[in-house]
Amino acid sequence: MSTSESTHADIGEPAPPAEITPAAAPGAKKRTTKAEPWQFGPLEGLAVLLILLLLLRSRLSVVVSSAGLQTWTTIFVSVLVQAMPFLVFGVALSAVIAVFVPRSFWAKALPQHPALAVPAAGVAGVILPGCECGSVPIAGSLIRRGVTPAAALAFLLAAPAINPIVLTATVIAFPGQPLMAVARGTASLVVAVLMGWLWLRIGRPEWIKLPHRPDLDDASKWRAFWAACRHDVMHAGGFLVVGAAAAATINVVIPEAWLQSLASNPVVSVIALAVLAVLLSICSEADAFVAASLSQFSLTSRLVFLVVGPMVDLKLISMQAGVFGRRFAFRFAPATFVAAILIGSLFGGVLL
Amino acid sequence: MNRLTQAVIMLLLGATVIKATVTDTYLRYVKAGLGPYLLAAGILLAAAALATFWYEIRTARNREAAQAHDHDDHGHDHEHDDGHGHGHGETRVGWLLLLPALAMLMISPPALGSYSANQAGSVGLSAASDYPPLPDGDPVEVTLLDYASRALFDSGKSLTGRNLKLTGFITPGPDGSMMLARIVLTCCAADGRPIKVGLTGVSMDAPADAWVQIEGVYSTQVGTDPVNNAQIAYIEVRGWQEIDEPKQPYV
Repeated sequence: MSTSESTHADIGEPAPPAEITPAAAPGAKKRTTKAEPWQFGPLEGLAVLLILLLLLRSRLSVVVSSAGLQTWTTIFVSVLVQAMPFLVFGVALSAVIAVFVPRSFWAKALPQHPALAVPAAGVAGVILPGCECGSVPIAGSLIRRGVTPAAALAFLLAAPAINPIVLTATVIAFPGQPLMAVARGTASLVVAVLMGWLWLRIGRPEWIKLPHRPDLDDASKWRAFWAACRHDVMHAGGFLVVGAAAAATINVVIPEAWLQSLASNPVVSVIALAVLAVLLSICSEADAFVAASLSQFSLTSRLVFLVVGPMVDLKLISMQAGVFGRRFAFRFAPATFVAAILIGSLFGGVLL
Repeated sequence: MNRLTQAVIMLLLGATVIKATVTDTYLRYVKAGLGPYLLAAGILLAAAALATFWYEIRTARNREAAQAHDHDDHGHDHEHDDGHGHGHGETRVGWLLLLPALAMLMISPPALGSYSANQAGSVGLSAASDYPPLPDGDPVEVTLLDYASRALFDSGKSLTGRNLKLTGFITPGPDGSMMLARIVLTCCAADGRPIKVGLTGVSMDAPADAWVQIEGVYSTQVGTDPVNNAQIAYIEVRGWQEIDEPKQPYV
């Protein structure tokens, strides 16, 4: 590995000038040379930033006193607070998969043939009781552990939509319409499996760019576990912040009265709610209640809302781009979006 | 971003989440049921931060010990595994996690209020199969949801003749009138939708967003929400007082 830099440089603490090996120099791009006894690293930057913000605190509250901005901040924070447990537990589970579950387990647990592994992994999504924020790092870990990407992607798409918590929420949100939950579960599973098979046919391995993670092969399992947790929280969490900011913006900016005018045309209403699902980025455990409240829209268009939401939305696209690479996300997300609309409409037409 | 900086950010975030849970401010953002999970997530974040500190210090000590022995760089053996060598861009996005932590610590965004209530249409109510008599009490406390449902679907049968007490915040209605509202949450504030009840009777001079407790009686008046044309029940106000925001602002 390139960096044989000493930690002192990383820490940026006023370290005793460490003995510098010549090999260390090329690695120290951004930082000044380590011969300096003290340097301004990210940690110092953070400290200065925090002190400045503390000093400016009262002014900061004045800046966000406008009602729209205040609502934005509330929704931004609440999306993150809501997602935080799912992110953290998802990250911990993915670290367990990446570090403690041996590779051979997946070879035994899933069918050998990739075409069969895809539906198996999709159905396995039933056991992950969470929402979509947790499943992105988990799918990344699965691929890293040798699970065929197609199967991991089927799991990624199915898990947030077909687990018991989400389906129960859907039943509660649509009293008297139990077929809504049935249609949601089956349509989501079908989309997930189809996307997995589609990946088998036309997907290219080079589209998925998992970051190099040598820390996962650490000799100490626990050290590797915590390193994986730290990395994924910072990484997936950072992209989650981007998504939450986008979702909060949409939430504050789109006037609801404007949506009303779209509800009358059946085709337009399906597309409008599909787009809304992407933009709002609501957690899959809550989206059924939002769908229920959009009562002017047809049941089919609301089903499409429920199928698209857990599979494609702003925060997911952002997280997928971070975990799997941009080339992947910018192909996968639009394809899934179209598949979810078509299959959602089909199931809606037949069942509802 | 180096590992220690990451650890500081995680610790800050974890501490913020724990603080929000312990002080109940998290109720401004999500439902109470998420509390225990939120606390666990905060603790796990803090633990990951502390573990990072611990491994960092141990690595540094090992290196110093190694350097004391000889000037060979085998002390760096632990160093090449840090996972940030592959590019600072990979974790640079992690800086963004400061935003929610700082927003909660410094701005502490308030619960949704009249601004959101005005933007979204009143929540769609569904008729219950039957409306049992209200519990005893004079006045009897009724939630906005219950009141609206009984007023609209049961033509107020179970409300007539009772003194009622409702709690909510003031939101401006159509034509300068006032409405009492509460935000209904299913998961987090992003899915919050208002339930609105129109006010007639005694005129009130409370500003928008003020929390009030009103006493009143059933009114047959019914209006429509300008945002989504949903039906809105009205209540005839007999008396009112301003109150502090409840600990659980949502229903």
